[in-house]
Amino acid sequence: MAQTKQEIAEANRRRYEELRAAGQELTPKGLPEPTALDGAPIAADAVIHREQVPAGWYATIRLRRGEALRIVDDSGRSSVSLIGWREEDTSERINCADTVKVQWSAAISKGRVILSDMGRVLLSLVEDTSGPHDLLVGGSTPASTLAAFGATTRNTQENFLAAAAKIGLGVRDIPPCVTFFAPVSLDDAGRFLWNPDRKRPGDFVDLRAEMNIVVVASNCAHPLDPARPAATGPVTLIKHRAAPPTEDDLCRTASPEAARAFAFTDRLYA
Amino acid sequence: MTSPDCSDDAFPCDIPAERPWSRVLRKGQTLRIIDSEGQQAVDALLYCADDPAERYSSQDTLRVQGSAYVELGTRLISNKGRVMAHITADSCGRHDTSAGCCSCESNAVRFGESTKYQHACRENFILELSKHGLTKRDIVSNLNFFMNVPIDSSGKFTVVDGISAPGNYVEVTADMDILFVISNCPQVNNPCNGFNPTRIRVVVRDAPRL
Repeated sequence: MAQTKQEIAEANRRRYEELRAAGQELTPKGLPEPTALDGAPIAADAVIHREQVPAGWYATIRLRRGEALRIVDDSGRSSVSLIGWREEDTSERINCADTVKVQWSAAISKGRVILSDMGRVLLSLVEDTSGPHDLLVGGSTPASTLAAFGATTRNTQENFLAAAAKIGLGVRDIPPCVTFFAPVSLDDAGRFLWNPDRKRPGDFVDLRAEMNIVVVASNCAHPLDPARPAATGPVTLIKHRAAPPTEDDLCRTASPEAARAFAFTDRLYA
Repeated sequence: MTSPDCSDDAFPCDIPAERPWSRVLRKGQTLRIIDSEGQQAVDALLYCADDPAERYSSQDTLRVQGSAYVELGTRLISNKGRVMAHITADSCGRHDTSAGCCSCESNAVRFGESTKYQHACRENFILELSKHGLTKRDIVSNLNFFMNVPIDSSGKFTVVDGISAPGNYVEVTADMDILFVISNCPQVNNPCNGFNPTRIRVVVRDAPRL
């Protein structure tokens, strides 16, 4: 018997409530503890490339599927904003809004993923010592540095523009970014708060590429960091070969949503 | 799918459920968006009419404002840091700019592959933008008028029932000439449209003569 419009709406609401309960109550319980500061060493023969990016600068890194990028906040004072595109079709790129809503959380940490706009996984957060990363506020801009310092300084928006230009892309290709080591939270009124006690020297993330991608990492102080302009220091980037994901891989199994996004990603390479 | 005829002399204009719409707002003009039947999300993108590479930026808007929700007085900031428009009236009180738009692809991830072949905001945006020489590449994180997406102190992020009643409205006044693009959201898998997408109405009026 055909369902009435009302019955379909009620069934859709029930499914939504089930997904919400799973996504906000069950999934977080299964997420791992943060990586220890001295944990997850990278074997010397797995390192492909290592470089230190000075404060205010950026680096563009190509990652093949299965390679990973470790970003280390050497001083504990830096924040690193990141965007990325799929190498074979740069109209597919990081999508912070989908990343947040698909995972029912604006707080990403070890075990979470960063999605593209095509329902696929761009990066997996396979190691993470700290957890406080920002997907809502974005990086610094000429306007934000002018407002903070009275003069425009090096900033993430111009870094992204320069990096994009060097691979044949332009301002139209620059989406909202994720910023690592940026402990932003919200109060009850929705105002953004900065939580400096959640930053330590040596904090790092490991981002495993799930597609062939190009990422840009910009090492500029987050616009909400009250320690600016002292909130700077070099960061270390280590491109390395990640261990192949196992059946019970944390990120691939974290939630039904993540499992579907991985299934759609795997189809590109089937 | 084409947008309804909304030439200057056709206002006010009803935008049917699930349909896109666009027009250029001249500096000083005000667009009123009316949630005619209540609980209807309206996805919107803004582009500088003279140079569409300059476009609405959710992150710049939230950074400048210092808080996460769009409300009366919110300045809508471009990716070049300029004020494109601001919210000059609001009888609803809650709008989002962090959740993005629905797409066939993200629906399949969120709600299962059976929802992939349902009409979505990104389909609307792609088709409407194509009239202006713009593509998927130009779609950035958008505004969601009348969409209720609370974010709590732990980051929990939930699309919940809209609080807009039938006839609630929001007004956006242009601070530069802007291309204003709307998708009347077709989503039926979460509460943003009360699981029942409905029509909305738009009205454009000129700046008051001084």
